[in-house]
Amino acid sequence: MSKLELQKVTVIYPPPRKGSSEVHALEDINLTIEGNDFVVALGASGCGKTTLLNVMAGFIQPSSGQVMLNAKRIKGPGADRGVVFQQHALLPWLNVMDNTSFGLMLQREKSEERKKVAAKYLGLVGLEDFLTHYPYQLSGGMRQRVGLARALTSDPAILLMDEPLGALDALTREIMQELVLDIWNQTKKMVFFITHSVDEAIFMATRLIVMSPRPGRIIKSYHLDFNKQFFKNRDARRIKSLPDFIDMRQEVLNIIHSDEIRIDQG
Amino acid sequence: MSHSTSFKQTTIGYFSKLFGRGPVLPGESYGAPGVGNSMGISIVTSVAIIFLWWFITHMGWVKPLFLPSPISVLRKFVEIWSEDFGGATLLTHTEASLFRVFSAFFLACVTAIPVGIAMGVNRVFRGIFDPPIEFYRPIPPLGYLPLTIIWLGIEDTQKITLIYLAVFAPMALNARAGVRSVTIEQIQMAYSLGASRAQVIWHVILKGAMPEILTGMRIGIGFGWTTLVAAEMVAAEAGIGHMVLSAAEFLVTDVVIMGIIVIGAIAYAFDLLMRFIERKVVPWKGKM
Repeated sequence: MSKLELQKVTVIYPPPRKGSSEVHALEDINLTIEGNDFVVALGASGCGKTTLLNVMAGFIQPSSGQVMLNAKRIKGPGADRGVVFQQHALLPWLNVMDNTSFGLMLQREKSEERKKVAAKYLGLVGLEDFLTHYPYQLSGGMRQRVGLARALTSDPAILLMDEPLGALDALTREIMQELVLDIWNQTKKMVFFITHSVDEAIFMATRLIVMSPRPGRIIKSYHLDFNKQFFKNRDARRIKSLPDFIDMRQEVLNIIHSDEIRIDQG
Repeated sequence: MSHSTSFKQTTIGYFSKLFGRGPVLPGESYGAPGVGNSMGISIVTSVAIIFLWWFITHMGWVKPLFLPSPISVLRKFVEIWSEDFGGATLLTHTEASLFRVFSAFFLACVTAIPVGIAMGVNRVFRGIFDPPIEFYRPIPPLGYLPLTIIWLGIEDTQKITLIYLAVFAPMALNARAGVRSVTIEQIQMAYSLGASRAQVIWHVILKGAMPEILTGMRIGIGFGWTTLVAAEMVAAEAGIGHMVLSAAEFLVTDVVIMGIIVIGAIAYAFDLLMRFIERKVVPWKGKM
């Protein structure tokens, strides 16, 4: 069973302009993701969600504190953490198959093995009929599916998803939420997922962390199980209109809202 | 009365269409600048220019000394193709020029592109190459032509060096710009899949810079043709530039015009080839 631990992680950016003060993007973050956790980070822009993900991915070195994956300290990016970007980050000169198996190519896997693994995950995201298409021939949702399949091919311990559905239209987004949940359920991987959408956060999370800016920190954490109901009845829209769900949304929105008032006045 | 109204309307209708006023047909997008095929218009323009040229000379409005007719230029082309003019046949002149331009172009490809990429990915290389390239780039090749003669003499080495210098700067700077066009997400994506730095440069940055590299090659070869005539002005034994200059000395205007057309035609044909390669190598260009 995998475990990702953030211990007293603080990230301080240098002053953006001369004369201004340094930016406390993250302050003293403690967070443990383990087993089959689906952790969703929610918060206004600038609250440090993406910084947090970049620290986990190994792109940013924390100013203090440390990140441990399975008791090993993270020192840089690596294939044990799969990243799904908001802007899919596909390579336009490679077709769907080659984009998906890109990581395996970098690891110098044999061609047949690459094709086999990529085909497996492309099947999982429902793109088995688009292997020879190029990214510019795909819709936004399909591009994001390729990005997801690609992140899965290296069999990472955790999937780090930075607003992966943020650029999609509402209907595609609903379908993709269910797809991501199904893949999480089948692969039993840890997920760290960033979103702006309160509904998406509550629906998908087993653990929801609400973040607040200046300095970036976790102000509230919930254990949720709405996604378990989804695996039972597969009716996402009904779950999202349950009284419990609506109460939860109200509560989370109140927290974010009162926090915004605090910031505006402070 | 009604007749004149309808005439007015048709005229307005015609101009509206020509200048893209009014709602567009289904399948087109309103307000898109410069849409539509221009091939037919280009052919008409080309034919019209040649006709006008022929017509002016045919009517005898300009003396053949200043502007010979298209037919006499064509005749000269056939004649000189295998007969000596200015020390060599047209074929030999063309071969000499092509050898110079493409040697320089090839040398620039194998040096300027790596230098440009290195400038894009490494601050040390950028620091080293930026001042010399930015300094000599705006100087016209004619300005440093005398220096290349002092240093290298008047053989092909000097001519190829001159053309090479003109081609180098735009190719290197475009390759460098190409590196910048690769998104940070694409690079981070590769690292997060376990790529080494060398793999990122080879598999992401170099390929991502391909559209700009090809643009740089097109611009570079354009500079090459421009510099060719300058390079062949001094003490050349063969070459289209040399042929044109010696023809001008003896006021053989039809050879002058013919030489210009030959350079233009070769350059244009090569650009078409480059555009074809571009469509094959970077079919995604402008689509993502």
